[in-house]
Amino acid sequence: MWSGFPLFPEQASSLASSVDGLYLFLVGVTAVFSLGIAGTILYFAVRYRRRHPDERPGEIHGSLLLELIWSIIPLCIVAVVFVWGATLFFSMNRAPDDAIEVHVVGKQWMWKLQHTTGQREINQLHVPVGRPVRLTLTSEDVIHSFFVPAFRIKKDAVPGRYNMTWFRATKTGTYHLFCAEYCGTEHSRMIGQIVVMEPDDYQTWLQGGPAPVSPVAAGQKLFTELNCVTCHRSDSQGRGPVLDGVAGSSVRLQSGDVVAADDAYLRESIVSPSAKIVEGYQPIMPTYQGQVSEEALFQLIAYIQTLKGPQATPAQPGGGQP
Amino acid sequence: MTTATPATVLPGEPQLPKKHFLNADYGVWSWLLTRDHKRIALLYLASVTLMFFLGGAYAVLIRLELITPPGDLVSSETYNKLFTLHGVVMVFFFLIPAIPAVLGNFLIPLMIGARDLAFPRINLLSWYLYVIGAAFTFWTIVRGGLDTGWTFYTPYSTVFSNTNVISAALGIFIAGFSSILTGLNFIVTIHKMRAPGLTWFRLPLFVWAHYATSLIQILGTPVVAVTILLVALERVFHFGFFDPNRGGDPILFQHLFWFYSHPAVYIMILPAMGVISELVTCFSRKRIFGYSFIAMSSLAIAVLGFLVWGHHMFVSGQSVYAGMVFSALSFLVAIPSAIKVFNWTATLFRGSVSYETPMLYALGFIGLFTIGGLTGLFLAALGLDIHVTDTYFVVAHFHYIMVGSTVMAYLGGLHFWWPKITGRLYPEWWARVSAVVIFVGFNLTFFPQFVLGYLGMPRRYHFYPEEFQVLNVMSSAGASILGVGYLIPMVYLAWSMRYGKIATPNPWPATGLEWRTSSPPPTENFRETPEIDVEVYDYTVPPKEPFLA
Repeated sequence: MWSGFPLFPEQASSLASSVDGLYLFLVGVTAVFSLGIAGTILYFAVRYRRRHPDERPGEIHGSLLLELIWSIIPLCIVAVVFVWGATLFFSMNRAPDDAIEVHVVGKQWMWKLQHTTGQREINQLHVPVGRPVRLTLTSEDVIHSFFVPAFRIKKDAVPGRYNMTWFRATKTGTYHLFCAEYCGTEHSRMIGQIVVMEPDDYQTWLQGGPAPVSPVAAGQKLFTELNCVTCHRSDSQGRGPVLDGVAGSSVRLQSGDVVAADDAYLRESIVSPSAKIVEGYQPIMPTYQGQVSEEALFQLIAYIQTLKGPQATPAQPGGGQP
Repeated sequence: MTTATPATVLPGEPQLPKKHFLNADYGVWSWLLTRDHKRIALLYLASVTLMFFLGGAYAVLIRLELITPPGDLVSSETYNKLFTLHGVVMVFFFLIPAIPAVLGNFLIPLMIGARDLAFPRINLLSWYLYVIGAAFTFWTIVRGGLDTGWTFYTPYSTVFSNTNVISAALGIFIAGFSSILTGLNFIVTIHKMRAPGLTWFRLPLFVWAHYATSLIQILGTPVVAVTILLVALERVFHFGFFDPNRGGDPILFQHLFWFYSHPAVYIMILPAMGVISELVTCFSRKRIFGYSFIAMSSLAIAVLGFLVWGHHMFVSGQSVYAGMVFSALSFLVAIPSAIKVFNWTATLFRGSVSYETPMLYALGFIGLFTIGGLTGLFLAALGLDIHVTDTYFVVAHFHYIMVGSTVMAYLGGLHFWWPKITGRLYPEWWARVSAVVIFVGFNLTFFPQFVLGYLGMPRRYHFYPEEFQVLNVMSSAGASILGVGYLIPMVYLAWSMRYGKIATPNPWPATGLEWRTSSPPPTENFRETPEIDVEVYDYTVPPKEPFLA
């Protein structure tokens, strides 16, 4: 590449070259059409220039054939681009199962990240090369957006919502992390680094520093401290649903709807418990809105995910069950 | 406006009509209480020009700041206010009203052979609403500005910003009604007041384009007005519309906002396309190629434009399937836009092409619109949009459409109809020079931003990493040329109002009813009701005689 004056950001993820491929294709389409139109206009402009002030050329009303041609050809091109773009988008939204999990919380004006092994980072993320990394994003305040140009990924961190994106770094190095959604005064300082390391170096990095508390362990502690455990007992005698095995299952609600108990559902059940009442229970749980930070919510959910039910498909919580 | 003294007029030289709309009445109140659509158009001309240079001043400061990577000229707070006010002023107070409220207002009654718009008093009310909206914006500025971005994204705007969101929101809310009423006025006028014989398919494409625009103004603007009002209400009364801590949904705001603000782009570009259709056909001296395809593509753009708002939200966490639907529909909008470009190009074929200033603007428009439109494909393509959205790529793209295209068309139209509006010609040499300067300056300013965006520079960044400096310097250098390009017409157009050569009723000459009355037209537009028995854009015969008493 033209090193002093690059036209592309570095390609450092498994998706980068596919995105660049589509980009180059569209640059080609743009060049062909713009130069084609400009060339035609210039040719006509010279060829048919007015040679006499009283000149009156004949009328041409139009041509249905031409209209069809110049509608259908662009339609075919955009159809190709649509399918190409959508396919890429699907792969961007489907993380491989063996991905490393990282929780990301945006706040004015920093990125707070936590690994499942417990390491916490601010404005920096260390990842091993070659392993997929799945990011679950949310925000404590306003909307932010997690943007790594070298990986060609971007996803908004929206308060009250969990968004997901993932990448697999293909090259060691340090890459820009930008906040791409305007978030207030220091928006342009809400930047950081993604450090992609060799797997061995990554292991060394994980070992370094004070022994971290894993999110599961932290979540378990919170579960007791916040007295969740008094109602959500595992022996079906509590006033709230048993949480063993609830994560990832389907939950039947009082309204008769069945919802998937994903991260977003678990989060909502903590911050606004009355939004979805489990069948057979009363809306007695107080809200934890504002009392549990976004990071603590991630930890509680990580803990709840480890609670495995006694039976194989614990889809229906006990309690008021017939 | 002075009339040339008889002594200096040679026999055969054109003379201003004795009585016309500009000298029909004198004094401030004859302007401030006028119900003449032509005078209201000039009130708008003065107001939007003021707003254009205000918004432009913000742009100058932004480009100066971005010459160096560290934010060393102004503070981050100030910088955020600069780009916010640049956007608010330019979008709501220049781009949306510019062509419809100035050229549309002046020309639609003339083009359809009517005496005025259907509701002259409502037309004046529209201008007052615009002025009140602008006054709220000035108040916002005086009180310390606004830092939410012109997009007012929640919950930043409703909970976190410490700036004057409420006064700015009210300003936009009020100005919105100006736009709604103008649209309403145009639609009724076009339906009810066409001269005898002027059937729908004899209407100039300028009128078709404004008809399509008016539909968007009527159907879309109420949504943004209410949305912006909800922002103000949530700020004052802490309702939980958008604030997740009160049970609201910040993404809901984006849906509501873009439901209008995407079609709003078509409010800016459709009238521009209408202008270009007039210019291309006049300076090719040939009927426009594919008249009905151009007319119908305006309506297609207006309808499809309402169905694509979700393409602003591909990274917001919107469902993958919603993203696909919005992406597909966005690609479809490309087709009617392409149809227009191809038809304009084909109009030149076997024409008699001349290169007066309006034609230079029209050709420049086609070039910039083509690039702006094609780069829209990059943003509609889901997997690619993820990388380029919220970067300078988007900034470059929408400036090619909204500034490159709309402002080129506005200036082209202003030059084209200037003799009709003022009765005098602008100086051709200076006008050609400035058209070229604007075209070159525009490309130097915004083309580097496509590259910057793909390299990953996010928009709305006060500080930026050093590797982006070269392209930012190029962009700022181009902006200085562009700024000069915009100033030159200000000077010579103002000069020509007094000293320009007297224009004939039809100086180009062009078809179209507006050229068959005197320049400037009398207050009542035509001395007799015109009857139309010819097809539109009939350039095979010499220009028809004006309907002069």
